This record gives sequence, structure tokens and C-alpha cells, in this order.
Amino acid sequence: MTELIIKNLSAKVEGKEILKDVNLTIRGGEIHALMGPNGAGKSTLGNVLIGHPNYEITGGSIKLDGVELVGKYPEERARAGLYLAFQSPVAIPGVKLSAFLRTAYKNLHPEEKLSVNDFYKLVSSHLKKVGLDESFMSRSVNDGFSGGERKRLEILQMVILRPKIIILDEIDSGLDVDALGLISDEILQFFNDQTAFLIVTHYQRILKRIDPQFVHVLMNGKIAREGDRELALRIENEGYDWIRGN
Amino acid sequence: MEIQNMSKDEEIEKLLESVKNITSKKSDWEFKDSFKPQYTTGKGLSRKVVEEISDIKNEPDWMRRIRLKALEIFEAKPVPTWGPDLSGIDWENISYYNKPGDSNTNSWEDVPEMIKDTFEKLGIPEMEQKYLAGSVAQYESEGVYHSLRKVWEDKGVVFMDLDSAIREHPDLVKQYFCKAVPITDNKFAALNGAVWSGGSFLYVPKGVHIDMPLQTYFRMNNEGTGQFEHTIVVADEGSSVHYIEGCTAPRWDKNSLHSAIVEIYVNRNAKARYTSVQNWSKSVYNMPTKRAWVEENGQMEWVGGSLGSKVTMLYPSSYLRGPHASASNLNISLAGPGTVKDTGAKALHFAPYTTSKIVAKSISIEDGKAIYRGLLRINKGAIESKSHVQCDALLINDESASYTFPHDEIYEPTATFGHEASVGKIGTEELTYLRSRGLSEDEASSMIVLGFLDDVMREIPMEFAIEMNRLIKMEMSKMGAVG
Repeated sequence: MTELIIKNLSAKVEGKEILKDVNLTIRGGEIHALMGPNGAGKSTLGNVLIGHPNYEITGGSIKLDGVELVGKYPEERARAGLYLAFQSPVAIPGVKLSAFLRTAYKNLHPEEKLSVNDFYKLVSSHLKKVGLDESFMSRSVNDGFSGGERKRLEILQMVILRPKIIILDEIDSGLDVDALGLISDEILQFFNDQTAFLIVTHYQRILKRIDPQFVHVLMNGKIAREGDRELALRIENEGYDWIRGN
Repeated sequence: MEIQNMSKDEEIEKLLESVKNITSKKSDWEFKDSFKPQYTTGKGLSRKVVEEISDIKNEPDWMRRIRLKALEIFEAKPVPTWGPDLSGIDWENISYYNKPGDSNTNSWEDVPEMIKDTFEKLGIPEMEQKYLAGSVAQYESEGVYHSLRKVWEDKGVVFMDLDSAIREHPDLVKQYFCKAVPITDNKFAALNGAVWSGGSFLYVPKGVHIDMPLQTYFRMNNEGTGQFEHTIVVADEGSSVHYIEGCTAPRWDKNSLHSAIVEIYVNRNAKARYTSVQNWSKSVYNMPTKRAWVEENGQMEWVGGSLGSKVTMLYPSSYLRGPHASASNLNISLAGPGTVKDTGAKALHFAPYTTSKIVAKSISIEDGKAIYRGLLRINKGAIESKSHVQCDALLINDESASYTFPHDEIYEPTATFGHEASVGKIGTEELTYLRSRGLSEDEASSMIVLGFLDDVMREIPMEFAIEMNRLIKMEMSKMGAVG
């Protein structure tokens, strides 16, 4: 049973405390939404979870299936099944997508001996599903990609690498309606009782397609309120002031 | 699916495997040995020193006159100030000539024990057996060993150190010596003209195609020395040859100076490839002058790797003198912390239908500075000549810097030329992105470096790519970037 338990997590960036005592549990088969005003610490949470070296954990624990991730390298966390679809994926000139994906795949699934040929077929079929053509395979990772293409590529990587706990950091930004439809279908198809999503977003349009059971609101680095779908709707209509007011 | 694409991916995977086991240990070539030269002219440079060198070599009068003339030119020319800071060259405290011993032999057995050990540690005799058609080894100022496989000797190929060649083939040498690079060319060429010693002479007769490379290995050992070899490669009509140079030195507190001349003559329909991998220590100023004359339908290929040294200024040039002559120039520079690589290429088109292609790639680490400086000239009358220049830079962390100074002089309206430039980076964001997908830090940085070299990978020796990777990792681990 997949289970991510975040307990009393606090973290600093450049000496400034951004996350304070965050508690969150995400289990296989669940979809969570993380909302909150700009600067609340949403992206920080994603980066802290994957072990970005610029973020310093000052307290608490992150356990995935009982294994402590605090102190582990990003690649070890990826191997444990954690995946972050970045808000602004960085371009890496010279690193060819196909070679990168294959190396990542082999590291994450060493037991699966997929031939180069079969791997190519797999990738190219999913490229189509996220609306990218085959030529992307021989292009450098995110290099010269539009914002929307980068988002599509994040989802493609997720499908190929098959993580368990997936954080989607504003996956909906920069996508038009059609693209959002495609991406959402790919996400829903990937979703099962062994996987779980944490969808970081400001908007309803993605939550209408991927319905979350749990909604958390992060404010000033703390979980300020938790609820269900209704909470997201109220935020859409009223903003965050009423939560702040408490 | 593109088969080519897939096989390339497999190649990258293999390369990744091969670099996995490379540790960030001290470089294999940085060892010092305690060999003392048999003879040295001592510190400093004067007319007396130049005459002394000429006397020891017992050389013909024409050579002595060239040396003395060159000394005058050297003294008259100022130290160039348009490039990197050269104030660290301690002219007075360099010993300009250091003779390791008496023998220059064609048997490793006869090479003095300590020098032999040095070359064995560097893997030279082994390489010779496996890959080379011929080999010359130079230690300090003199060649100590040379060999050429009999099959090539029988075909009239000449390959030996230049000093021996002047004795054994004086007329042949005289025909080419300082023709492409005159002693008036620049201050460092003049210095070489005055105190040159060692270097190789390679002559490939008409129509001879040598299918294995020939190599010269240069080793500097003592501190505060200078190495001033002069190398001449002649590919006569319709011949082809691949000549390789490797250079290393241990690191000292006192700076050393390496100022070589390399002249390459590619005659009609001939093809020459010159590969050099320079891995001098960070106490060496590396200021060579390298030039090729390419005649009708000749092809010149420069492949250069500048990995080491404190400061390198190097712009191999191709003079395209006959119709349809071509030159390609591939240079890869690594500017480690505290070092400057001011490198590039020159292509001068004097004849119609000539082509040149320049690819310059540089990697800068920490405050290392990589500069591309190039000259492209297409003369009036060089109709339909073509040139393409590509400069790619890879920066490792935020302080690294890269600069590009191309200089174009196009006098022929039918000529075409183009420039391309790109800048990539190995920063925390790039590494974290790749690592978050399961790649180790090693794999991630190797992948970026190999990706950066991808389009030239086929052109450079595999060992070179691996050595480059190793050096980058070593430098990165010093900055604490590697876990």
C-alpha cells in the first residue's frame, strides 16, 4: 500500500523559513489538491520533497512506504517512487530526451529488460497521447520547448517512469483547453489504487477534470485549512481572505 | 524509428557506463620524477645561450643564423597585451634548454631508466605497440626515443625528431623550415626560432597512405623550464596521414613556458589530420603557433583538446592556397579554476572554391575563462568559397565565463559564411532536474558533458572524452558540487 507521510516538516531557503510544521498524508488511490496564495510555500513543498539541494530541511520527516526520505539524494527519492512535475522545467541543451529517458527508466526499473526498440515504441506511443510528435525524442530536454510543450513532457516522463507519488506543480498553467484535456486524460489513465497525486493549483479548471477527494490550503508555510471539493470551490468564489481571517 | 538514433543512445549508455568507474583521484600524469638534466644552459636568455644551444647541436650555419636573427626579433617584439595576462611569465628565471641525456635511441631499452619509467607510466610504449605506425618521445628539450614501423620506412616515410632530421635529411628539412610560420610571425614564434629544440619531422612521400596514426609525446618535468619544440609535417601529393601529439607536465610553483611551432604542409590532393591533446599542469604558459598550408584539393583537419595549462593562447590556422582546398578545425577547451583558454582558429581563403569549417567548444569551471578568438578571411578572387563557424560554450556554475571574439574579413562577394553560437550550463537546477528522474549526480553531469560533445564525439578519441569527463568531475568535486 503506497503511503507518503509528511510529519512536522519545516524547511528553509536561503536562510528564510518557508515551511513550518507541515503535516500531510497521501495514500495510493487518493487525489489531493494543494492550494494557497502566491508565496505560501507550495512549490517549496514540492522541491523539499524531492530533495532539491537549495532547500534545507530544519525539522520533521517524510516517509514513503515506511522509508525515511529526509537526508536522501534526489535520485534515491525518485527510486522510492516520488515524482515532481516541475512548475518551470529547466532546459538542458545537449541532453537528448531519448537517451535521458532511457537512462532514467533503467535506473528506476532495473528489473525490466526492455529492448531499445521496444522502449522507443513505448515512448513514441505516449508522445502522441500528450500531443507531441516523434521528433521530440531526438531533441534536447526542454530545449527550445514552449511552456505548454514542457508541461506535456513532464506528463510523458511520469507515464514512462511510473512513479507512485506524483506532485503536479501548476501543471495546468500555460496549457490551452485542448491540451489540458489531453493531459488530464493521460493523468487519469495513469491513476490507480497504487498511485496518488498532489495537484498544486490555483484553478478549478483542472480540478473539474481530475476530481480531488482532499483539498489542503497552505498559507505562510502552514496547512491553514483542509477539506474536500467544496473548499476548493469556496476559494474560487471568495479567495483566501476568509481563511486568513480565522 | 530511426536506427541511427537508437544506436547513438546505446553509445551514450556505454559511455556512461565507462565513466562511472572513474574516480576523482589525482590525475595519473601529475607525478614528478627526480631526473636531473645532463646539461642545461641555466636561467635566462642571451646571445650566448643561443650560441651555446647551436654549438651543442653542432648544427649547420644556416640554422645558427636563423636562431640569432630570431633572437633579435624576439627581443624587439613586445609581449602581446590584446589577450590574457602574460605578466606571470618569468622570462629571467626560465631555463631555455635542458638536455636530458646523450642518447636518442630507437629502442626503449636504451632510454635512461627514469625517463623510461615516466613514459611507461604514461602508457606510451604500450600505445605504440597497439595503435601507432610510429612514435617519438621528447623529454625536456630533446627527443629521447623514436621509431617507425619498417613497412613505412620502406615506402620512404621519414619520422624522427627534428634535430636528427636536420642531420639526416638536411635538404628536405630546409625546404620547409619556417616557411609557413616565419620567425617574424609573433614574439613566441621568434622565441621558438631562437631556442627551438626537439619536435618531430614527418614526411609522407607522394601517394603513400599511412593507415595508423603517428604520435609524438612531449613531457616537461622540471620546474621553471621551457619547452620549444618545432614540428614539421609534410603530406606530399596524394598522400594521407594522421599525426597525434600529447603533452603533460607535473605541477610546480614556478611557472614554465611551452612555446612550440607546428608547420603542416598539405600538398595537392593530400590529406592530413593533426590531433593534439594538451594536458599541461596549471603552472604552464602554453603559447604555440600552429599553421597549415593547404594546396589544391588538399584537406587539412585540426583536432585539438586543450585540457590543462595556466594560460593557453592557440589559434591553429589554415592557409587555403589552392582551389578546392579545405580545412576543418575542431577545438575543445576546458578552462578549469584559475585558468584561461584563449583559443580559436584562423582560416584564410586565398583561392577559389575553398572551404573551412570551425567548431569550437569550451567548458568553463568556477572562475575559469574560455575565450573563442577567431579570424576568417576570404580574399577577393576566392570565388564561391565557404566558411562556417560554430562556437558552443558550457558553463559549470554561475561564476564561469565564456567570451567570443570572431573577426571576419570577407572581400569576395560570391563567398558565403555563417556563425552559430550556443551556451549551456551545468547548474544546480539542471542537475537536480535529472537527478529527480533517478539519475545519479555522476550520470547527470556526465550526460550533460557528453551531450555537449555529442556532435563531435566521433571526431575525438574516446580516451579524450573520458579524460575530459574525469577532469570536470575532479574540478566539480573540489567545489563541493559532487556529493
